[in-house]
Amino acid sequence: MTTLPQHTEKSLGLVIDLDTCVGCHACVTACKGWNTENYGAPLADKDAYGANPVGSFLNRVHSYEVQHEHGPAQLFHMPKSCLHCADAPCVTVCPTGASYKRVEDGIVLVNESDCIGCGLCAWACPYGAREMDPEEQVMKKCTLCVDRIYNENLPEEDRQPACVRTCPAGARHFGDLSDPESDVSKLVADRGGFELMPEQGTAPVNRYLPPRPRDEVPDFDVLAPFLEPVAEEPAGFLGWLDRTLSKVS
Amino acid sequence: MHPAPSIILFTTLSGLGFGMLAFLSLDVPAPRGWTAFWFFLIAYALAIGGLLASTFHLGHPERALKAFTQWRSSWLSREAWLAVGTLVLMGLYAIGLVFFDTRLRIFGIPGGLMAIATVVATSMIYAQMRTVPRWNHWSTPIVFLAYAIVGGALLTGRVELVRALLPLLLILQVFAWIDQDRHEKADDTNIATATGLGDRGRVHAFEAPHTGENYLTKEMVFRVGRKHAAVLKVAALLLAMILPTFLLFLPFHHTLAALAVLLHLAGVLIQRWIFFAEARHVVSFYYGR
Repeated sequence: MTTLPQHTEKSLGLVIDLDTCVGCHACVTACKGWNTENYGAPLADKDAYGANPVGSFLNRVHSYEVQHEHGPAQLFHMPKSCLHCADAPCVTVCPTGASYKRVEDGIVLVNESDCIGCGLCAWACPYGAREMDPEEQVMKKCTLCVDRIYNENLPEEDRQPACVRTCPAGARHFGDLSDPESDVSKLVADRGGFELMPEQGTAPVNRYLPPRPRDEVPDFDVLAPFLEPVAEEPAGFLGWLDRTLSKVS
Repeated sequence: MHPAPSIILFTTLSGLGFGMLAFLSLDVPAPRGWTAFWFFLIAYALAIGGLLASTFHLGHPERALKAFTQWRSSWLSREAWLAVGTLVLMGLYAIGLVFFDTRLRIFGIPGGLMAIATVVATSMIYAQMRTVPRWNHWSTPIVFLAYAIVGGALLTGRVELVRALLPLLLILQVFAWIDQDRHEKADDTNIATATGLGDRGRVHAFEAPHTGENYLTKEMVFRVGRKHAAVLKVAALLLAMILPTFLLFLPFHHTLAALAVLLHLAGVLIQRWIFFAEARHVVSFYYGR
């Protein structure tokens, strides 16, 4: 059913720290690896070693430069995957019921055997979170590693999304954002986590933590007093030479 | 947005076909016998041809029947129901006219209304997209409907009506384009809200996630159309409205009428190409384009 649930018991999602992300793309690789080998159609690549390689990914890392009014520009890396929106427009446009939002945990999923590959859900998503698989011709999207987080065959520390588990910088966090007492909710409250494109009205679950303010560069140079010229005006022989030559020229 | 030929053909042909069916349901006196047969054949060829073209862009057309299940939320699903309903009702109406010389109003009137509703449902697939400001605009359903009505009138030979409607369509189209430009410029989504970093300074995309293209950039970050939009808009107006009006004011001849139809069709195809190619999807902000 592609009508959205009124309420979900949990709102599982990611919190991504833009202050900490170093842009290594390890989450992209871990995501591609896990989701190629497990749930659903593998994430295909086409022309992988040719001139125009393309492939489906559920998570991609963009890099943005912010030019401040004063001072040097800053570089930020922004991993982007499905934000598991509460008001997900990708779900309601689906004509077949393949796209749905789970009542139990709020994860937005695609039932691939019902997907006709019309691509309408990818149009409806403002974040570019859905990509058509070039081989299977069904819509692929982040499952929040639904086949890991409840998987009792995995050791407990591995029961989180592959991207979160692999992040070497600890920039990715996973949890229930509807529970104000959860670690992720506290993190969002402490750091002022924000939504992407709030004006689109999608009510995304995932949050991004803003970069912390950088240290200010002081206006004065602490070494400057020690580097002042010893004599402002040349004296002695050089002074005589300077004065004489100034008269001639 | 990527102007996929299958979708351009679909919206153009089925728009004309359903517009024609709407007029056939109204016809008084209705055509009978062989005349009715040819009219309905053309209308069905256009409507069904368009619907078939639309299945070519599906990844799994063999599962297309599943698209009938989600009419509660999905305009695409509603369109599927309305299209099939129209074709069934108007088919029964056509059988009455062609074979029994009878006008079965009980099928014709709801069939004609459903034909109109089908065109509206098609347009709402695009108009509902908050992510594409140019489409998420009052003009999308009205312009789609206007082209279907004018095309239907033209194909059912209502010369006087078409002569009056074509200049109105021209004014509507020009006004819609101008207001779409304004609406797109006024949209509040930009790279600042896309990244959430806008309050710190001027944001620009430094590096894409990958060196090549991907599904998103191919499907939604199409830029050729915006470059040539002005020239193409003039061509569309010339072909779809101005030249056919001129031809229809000449002494009536079937060749001229057929030429007017073909020119109009070419103009609508260009108009639809622009509709897709010029539209900017907000995901393009993430790619800095």
